[in-house]
Amino acid sequence: MNAVTTGLAERIGGWFSKPSESVVAAEQAALRSDRFRLEREADWKRLDAILKRMEAGRTRALSDEDLLALPALYRTAASSLSIARETSLDAALVAYLEALTQRAWFLVYGPRASLWSWFRSFLGGGWSASVRGMALEIWIALALMVAGTVVGWLLVEANPDWYYALVPGGPGEVRVPGASREVLLRTLFGNQDQNGMSVFAASLFSNNAQVSILCFALGFAFGLPTMLLLIHNTALLGALLWLYHGQGLLLDLVGWLSIHGTTELFAILLAGASGIHVGRSMAFPGNLPVMDAAAAAGRRAAQVMTGVVLMLVIAALLEGFARQMVDSTPSRLIVGVFMLVLWCGYFFAFRRGAR
Amino acid sequence: MALALKLPFRRQSADRTQPFRADEDKRRRMVISPEGVPIPFVLASRGARAAALFLDLLMITSAMVGSTLFLIWVAAGVGIEVESGESPAHRAIQALIIIWIVVMFLFRNAWFLFFELGPRGATPGKRICGIRVAARASGGNGGRLTTEAVIARNLVRDIELFMPLVFFISASVEGGDTELAGWAGLGWFAIFVLFPFFNRDRMRCGDMIAGTWVVEAPKKKLEQALSVGEAARGKSVQTGAQYTFSEADLGVYGEYELQVLERVLRENRAEAMRDVAQAICLKIGWSAGAGDERAFLEAYYAQLRARLEAGMRFGKRKADKHSEKA
Repeated sequence: MNAVTTGLAERIGGWFSKPSESVVAAEQAALRSDRFRLEREADWKRLDAILKRMEAGRTRALSDEDLLALPALYRTAASSLSIARETSLDAALVAYLEALTQRAWFLVYGPRASLWSWFRSFLGGGWSASVRGMALEIWIALALMVAGTVVGWLLVEANPDWYYALVPGGPGEVRVPGASREVLLRTLFGNQDQNGMSVFAASLFSNNAQVSILCFALGFAFGLPTMLLLIHNTALLGALLWLYHGQGLLLDLVGWLSIHGTTELFAILLAGASGIHVGRSMAFPGNLPVMDAAAAAGRRAAQVMTGVVLMLVIAALLEGFARQMVDSTPSRLIVGVFMLVLWCGYFFAFRRGAR
Repeated sequence: MALALKLPFRRQSADRTQPFRADEDKRRRMVISPEGVPIPFVLASRGARAAALFLDLLMITSAMVGSTLFLIWVAAGVGIEVESGESPAHRAIQALIIIWIVVMFLFRNAWFLFFELGPRGATPGKRICGIRVAARASGGNGGRLTTEAVIARNLVRDIELFMPLVFFISASVEGGDTELAGWAGLGWFAIFVLFPFFNRDRMRCGDMIAGTWVVEAPKKKLEQALSVGEAARGKSVQTGAQYTFSEADLGVYGEYELQVLERVLRENRAEAMRDVAQAICLKIGWSAGAGDERAFLEAYYAQLRARLEAGMRFGKRKADKHSEKA
């Protein structure tokens, strides 16, 4: 054996398989495709070892040379696969290279951000950029919500029986047409002794959380159910407003609602806009195939919906605790307006790091 | 089995793995990598995905129940009573319980996100089932799996899976019609569970919105090269016999038969090799010996491959024994 042969044999034998089986110098192979394989086997095995360690989550344990070599080794494997398909009839070899290339592909073209770094960029601009990206849908959703409120008010004003159809009533419900001013007033003030935890839990799984999630989920039915849901649920709001207006308590109700409502209604607005966004991109995909358009819209809507979940948790905290602690209409309104300004400023004025 | 092995070269054979192969072919998608190399993806079977989900939910539930019980046990040991009251201590405990509820909610979601964003692209349940998440190919071109896509598919999972539960719980808490809520929940659940049966790429709703699909995780070891041994050059180590085949001997078979032969050699079962060796001898008119089948087959494999690969280099391919071209 000459020096080249032994060097090659050592290079190949230095990897995982048993030396007695695998040390076959390329020059000794009878077939041209086997010489091709034996000359490149060391690179493949090196890539294999790097992938194995990265897949086990030990990327940090890799040396710098290995990490830098990864893209080059990946391209080597991909080009080896192309050549092997055209020149080699060794089915096991082609299958191995296919799997190797695919594994390397997943890592070389994998998610760029970890969950934590994604979350940081999400809060630091990604979320507000996605919200701004669906400005048209936000206007549509806002118009629908305003329209729903007005319709609810007008319906109940024309015929109070509508109230029972719009507002789900339980056995102990006192907020019904004909209720006295005192009864209604008592629902708004003086509930400090309520258990904050049960209110929090109830509100988190309450109507509003369900509505916002449904609004998004039903977006893929071209957004129509989303629109209906928005109208239906704000009609409920309109009916409530009408009821308290009849006893001159409109402003107090608005204060009572606004303390968490500005956050919660904003969340519902964004959820509705996300649903409409997905639905609109499926109904009018433009130049893209429908599936691709839906996927692009879905990814943007997912950012917004993650934020909506956060907003709903904040709203539940406000409802569970802040509303009991703050017991006068002006201060409630201040908190509500403050939250609204905060959200608007965050979404529309805060443009740092927008992608 | 013996019958199938006796006729290994026949394409229309009563091969037992035939239905399985057909299913795998149906699940195979050729995706072109950014470098322009087509790479086969095999979509995960629906059964594997259901099993993976079940395993994940099992792990999540046991972790949640276990840690909650542990905390209650610790609290009882320290002497804290979890009852409603008005003292500041009780308020503090209530706040802690709320934080715990939120943490559990985040844990359930973070489980899927954390693992699917990791280098394996799979939760522990998916890993056990040998599947992973990948970016769906659009127009044959593979893309990059993004963080947003993983978040989108998992947000929608919450809606698909847990919404019926929320229906039911809220109906029973508010004293509503639990039977109606149960039916509504069931209908909801059925729609989303059946969703993967009604599209070609077996996507669930979340996959569709996020632009992902679930594929089998590639796993293959590099097999030993068969054509580099002593026997491949025609010389039997065991008996010292020299096997050399003529052009006519090699011309009867094509690439399909070569790959069947390769499989038989890799499986290395004496019975199968004897049958195959006899079949080849019958076909090329040799008298079949006994005891030296492996050397004979390796020699035949190496020489047939050399011949077919030489043809390949000149653009002449022979798919199987029925093909005219040599």
